[in-house]
Amino acid sequence: MTQSNRLNQGGRIDRSRRLSFTFNGQQYTGFAGDTLASALLANGVDIVNRSFKYSRPRGITAAGPEEPNAIVQLGASEAAQVPNVRATQQALYDGLVARGTNGWPNVQRDVMSWVGKLGGSFMPPGFYYKTFMAPASMWMTYEKFIRKGAGLGRAPTEADPDIYDHFNQHCDVLVIGAGPAGLAAALSAARAGARVILCDEQEEMGGSLLDSRESIDGAPASAWAEQVVAELGGLANVTLLPRTTANGYHDHNFVTLHERRTEHLADTAAGAGREGEVRARLHRVRAGRVVLASGSHERPLVYANNDVPGNLVAGAVSVYIRRYGVVPGQRLVLSTNNDHAYRAALDWQEAGREVVAVVDSRAKPDGDLVKQARDAGIRVITGSAVMEATGSQRVSGAKVVAIDTERFVVTGKVETLECDTIASSGGYSPVVHLASHTGKRPQWRDDLLGFVPGEVKGMHVAGGAHGVYALGETLTDGADVGAEAARAAGFEEAAAIAVPEVAVRQESPTSALYQIPHEKPPLRAPKQFVDLQNDVTAAAVELATREGFESIEHVKRYTALGFGTDQGKLGNINGMAIAARCLNRSIPEVGTTVFRPNYTPVSFGAIVGRHCRDLFDPERYTALHQWHVENGAEFEDVGQWKRPWYFPRRVNGKRETMHEAVARECLAVRRGVGILDASTLGKIDIQGPDAREFLGRVYTNKWAKLAPGRVRYGLMCKDDGMLMDDGTTSCLAENHFLMTTTTGGAAGVLEWLELWHQTEWPELQVYFNSVTDHWATMTVTGPDARKLMSEVTDIDLDREQFKFMDWKEGKVAGVPARVFRISFTGELAFEINVQANYAMHVWKALFAHGEKYDLTPYGTETMHVLRAEKGLIIAGQDTDGSVTPEDLGMHWAVGYDKPFSWIGQRALTRPDTAREDRKQLVGLKPKDPKVVLEEGAQIVLDPEQKIPMTMMGHVTSSYYSPVLESGFALAVLKGGRNRMGETVYLPMSDGSVHQAEVVSTVFIDPKGERQNV
Amino acid sequence: MSEARSEASVGNAATFDTHPGADAGVTPESPLQWSRVQGRVTEEGGAAEQIRVIERPFLGHLVLRGGAITLDEAVRAELGVSLPGKPLGLVLDAEGSRSVQWVSPDEWLVIVPAGEEFELENRLRARLGDAHFAIVNVGGGQTLLELSGEKARELLMKSVTYDVHEHGLPVGKAVGTVFAKTSVVLRRPSEERFELVVRRSFADYCVRWLRDAGREYGLRVESASP
Amino acid sequence: MFHIFCPYCQEYREEEEFHPSGQAHLIRPADPASVSDEEWGDYLFFRDNPRGIHHEMWVHRLGCRKFFNITRDTATYEILETYRMGEQPSITAANAEVRREQGVQTADGGWQTVGAQPENSRLNEETPS
Repeated sequence: MTQSNRLNQGGRIDRSRRLSFTFNGQQYTGFAGDTLASALLANGVDIVNRSFKYSRPRGITAAGPEEPNAIVQLGASEAAQVPNVRATQQALYDGLVARGTNGWPNVQRDVMSWVGKLGGSFMPPGFYYKTFMAPASMWMTYEKFIRKGAGLGRAPTEADPDIYDHFNQHCDVLVIGAGPAGLAAALSAARAGARVILCDEQEEMGGSLLDSRESIDGAPASAWAEQVVAELGGLANVTLLPRTTANGYHDHNFVTLHERRTEHLADTAAGAGREGEVRARLHRVRAGRVVLASGSHERPLVYANNDVPGNLVAGAVSVYIRRYGVVPGQRLVLSTNNDHAYRAALDWQEAGREVVAVVDSRAKPDGDLVKQARDAGIRVITGSAVMEATGSQRVSGAKVVAIDTERFVVTGKVETLECDTIASSGGYSPVVHLASHTGKRPQWRDDLLGFVPGEVKGMHVAGGAHGVYALGETLTDGADVGAEAARAAGFEEAAAIAVPEVAVRQESPTSALYQIPHEKPPLRAPKQFVDLQNDVTAAAVELATREGFESIEHVKRYTALGFGTDQGKLGNINGMAIAARCLNRSIPEVGTTVFRPNYTPVSFGAIVGRHCRDLFDPERYTALHQWHVENGAEFEDVGQWKRPWYFPRRVNGKRETMHEAVARECLAVRRGVGILDASTLGKIDIQGPDAREFLGRVYTNKWAKLAPGRVRYGLMCKDDGMLMDDGTTSCLAENHFLMTTTTGGAAGVLEWLELWHQTEWPELQVYFNSVTDHWATMTVTGPDARKLMSEVTDIDLDREQFKFMDWKEGKVAGVPARVFRISFTGELAFEINVQANYAMHVWKALFAHGEKYDLTPYGTETMHVLRAEKGLIIAGQDTDGSVTPEDLGMHWAVGYDKPFSWIGQRALTRPDTAREDRKQLVGLKPKDPKVVLEEGAQIVLDPEQKIPMTMMGHVTSSYYSPVLESGFALAVLKGGRNRMGETVYLPMSDGSVHQAEVVSTVFIDPKGERQNV
Repeated sequence: MSEARSEASVGNAATFDTHPGADAGVTPESPLQWSRVQGRVTEEGGAAEQIRVIERPFLGHLVLRGGAITLDEAVRAELGVSLPGKPLGLVLDAEGSRSVQWVSPDEWLVIVPAGEEFELENRLRARLGDAHFAIVNVGGGQTLLELSGEKARELLMKSVTYDVHEHGLPVGKAVGTVFAKTSVVLRRPSEERFELVVRRSFADYCVRWLRDAGREYGLRVESASP
Repeated sequence: MFHIFCPYCQEYREEEEFHPSGQAHLIRPADPASVSDEEWGDYLFFRDNPRGIHHEMWVHRLGCRKFFNITRDTATYEILETYRMGEQPSITAANAEVRREQGVQTADGGWQTVGAQPENSRLNEETPS
């Protein structure tokens, strides 16, 4: 294939660098500086896709992010697949591989095309809802078929080889868009000294200056752009971000910018020779001020068959000719309602191709560009419009007719002009998308025939984004707004830059024109497309209004207007205008839908950044982590902590199962001695003369008399009386306590204490500080614990001197330690706290001495079994925010007669919390000892009852006990304490029913003698 | 039960020297021990990279709680520097090896050379007497990382949400902020370097993050000898 | 994403450093035992959910760990002021309209009234070293 539409000269491409690429399996060549779209047009490729719903052939329509048709799937390899790329925004690189997103099996001959040929009646708006909704069970089947047919692109099935990241940016002024207004604004703000970020989605900064026919200071407009970009690039206070789309505008001037760093070079960073570099970066910008200089989108006119390849937006024609040296056809008809579009005809003619006619809807257009066209010999047909395009694979002609826009009728005879390209322009729509992300509705301006951004605090709008279109005015506006933004950001001296000279052009006013009337009534005329990407026609919008959808939001949802990646860039205003005409209202009365992020698609990689793979979530390690890994621990995630779950050994050459390891570890603790790394427990240092009083208010039990050297277990409730956390607190000195919390509750409990201190009782003199990470905690427990401890410590371990619930200070293995005689296993236990940097030394010393006692490391699973055998709860497992201390049978830990009404006390006498039949904690003993009940299993009293059965409670903890040689469980059961000895039933999902006896929660050593030796 | 009372209790609060002493033959392990085993941290020194991260392990970290007026005089007397007078202030002594940082209106972080913290705590407690204050030794729970090099700022922009530009984080400022998916204390003690105070349990995550984010610039993580 | 002025750190910080903590100015009955079940239930469970001005408590969780209050417009997400625990809001649903009519600036240059001037540069100058 040759580049038949390529001009020999002109454009901003490098003809010395030939690039080869593949589209839909066919090889082509283009030049450096091309987009995929310009290269396809240069090669005369008319059909690039099939349409979403009707499967009609589609060609390139626009030249920017608003392109609705040329949506491609990019990527040479499976891992590099990227869906939903607009060919107009994809820079060409050597070896690029792409195919049209829709079209199954290919865009040229499409098996779905019969759907379109059968006509609109087959798939009216609401078609999916009406046809496929019933029976509901079939929706999944329909959806699969529809999605495949519709072809929304596909995700790669292999892992993305690239990396992405985030950049947190802060600036005084963020300028979005580097066209004339944005460049002038950025320069004003930058020269004032403000920290400026200037971003632009295109390959090259300059926006419309790059394809302008106008001169600035007597030189081509693009030269001014280059000069300003160069100056900005040399300033230390300016960050230039080309290839960067502002994709979301969030609260308080937080804007996300999606920067593509290697996608213009290859489909992977490695392919671009940039191994290890990020492919795309999301800048998270907090801007003092935002200058929205996002420009405008040209609206196409809505006429019959306006989707046939060869129908383009007028401005795109100029862009392809002037920036890429590509003329996308031979014979042009231009249909317009404004002066500016005339440049397409002038550019076309200057490129040496034929302009058949300019069809202008206005009666007497006489602006400078119109005169220029007439002077160049171009035929101008006034008071008329292109009513219909002819041709199926490519435009073959334009049916032109005189129209009465007021009455929406054709008024003359139809003339058919032979042509292969129809360019249309219905005026310009400011790009209000970003401003409306914040929830601010765009405002209609009758003088502009378009919506302008609503007022967003901290945002300034410049240039085309609020309807300032003439080049000279745009530059002035940008310069002023940039200075204004800088002043608002605190640069009080900021002044607008001196704006260069631009000749003023006389323009005749634009007329309001959206849809072109047809000689046939709308529902019988050939399809007039409003939203090309979503295949929404004018007839569909009209039908929606007839079916009673009056709100534009409903019309949008019923027809799919402006859905998906399109976000209504080309079609929204036309759709609203049509709805307004049908409803006999004005456009502002009908209103507009608002747009949501993202402006154009953002790769998931960029959203995720570095938070993936092994950095997906923090892993917290204790000081003993290395030992655990080296000793074969299996780990369990507890919050972000990695805790040893169990330590499987090799027995007779075979690795223990979890069941075997846990059984061994349990028996070791019950019969010998075991050791647990308990460092993850939350620890809070509490100091101050009112510490004791404070504890009495946040715990349910009494603290007034706890002496230094003693430890007490406490329950913490919320003010609704429900248990929130539990743990032991030790009195270190009269005004000094060390509180422990559950592993998961550590941060929450500290914040809870601060909340009450700061907001309710600031008069109490007390300070709280986290010391969780400072101390490493090791629990030595089992009948042999004292023997082992006595070998490594100078602390007097005599049972009378060092009682249960005492703590003492001394040295363990030569390291200063606090040792606590508390037990979560029911066995004799010593909890050793040492400064974490010394933990490994102490741990290893314990093992050196512990060998003769077969000191057994155990993990969280064994810890759970041991504590459950003793009926000791775990807050958050046996409780769920709806369980009171009374429900747990822990009234012994509740001080009803304390002087201060502690948190939760009042709620315990509310009628609901005082009910007799509340769910209460009980033990369950399965009738079959081999059964380990499922945690979460529901309890019923009558297994024969029909579904829905009366559920009486559920299992909260369940394990196999090697000591009991039986499964056992903790459960909450309605009125459970009065059901001791009763049999309850647990129906399982496979139809089986387990039986269990309601028993005490304490399965081993009910008198607690073993821990008190 | 009072016979069980700790001998080390001073006044109404218990102080505790966590160090075994040099003659005990106990080797401490810094929070980056596991990272070192995994090859993520090397000994100090080596070829220059665009970013250097150096751990300063085993320093004395004390949290001071109390009113500024209460604490200021004692801190000045015992440490030779004033309490930072404004929010987010960070002051260093003449040697640059002792610092006091504003954390909240009633909280300061003091970092001193290894082994000085216990004696300092006792001196401060003695000087503060019956005033309402708290001193908490947190040295085992956190470690200090120094960042330097021409790309250190870019690395931080990838990692923390705070504005690390000269305007946002001038010399003499310190903030608690978001770092990746955890939090750190970010300090600017001098023109040449930033400091991160990271929690022990998150230290390896932070190092892995820094290495990953810094790869494109070239980055080395080292640990200084105590 | 909100940009919140911490009245203790005296500067704007990113929302990620904070955590919302519910309605502000809730008053826990001084003598819980003396209030009725209904009153206690109101205190526990019932919260305002206005469209418009709302006072809510936030905590600077990853910064100074202090709780403070925010006056926020729930419809526009605008934060009108932040103030310390124990202080009263200067903008309320009752006076907001009056203030608007009187042309009272609720935010000046930045977003939030309290201490809206950036302190950073001054802070550095005044920090003793």
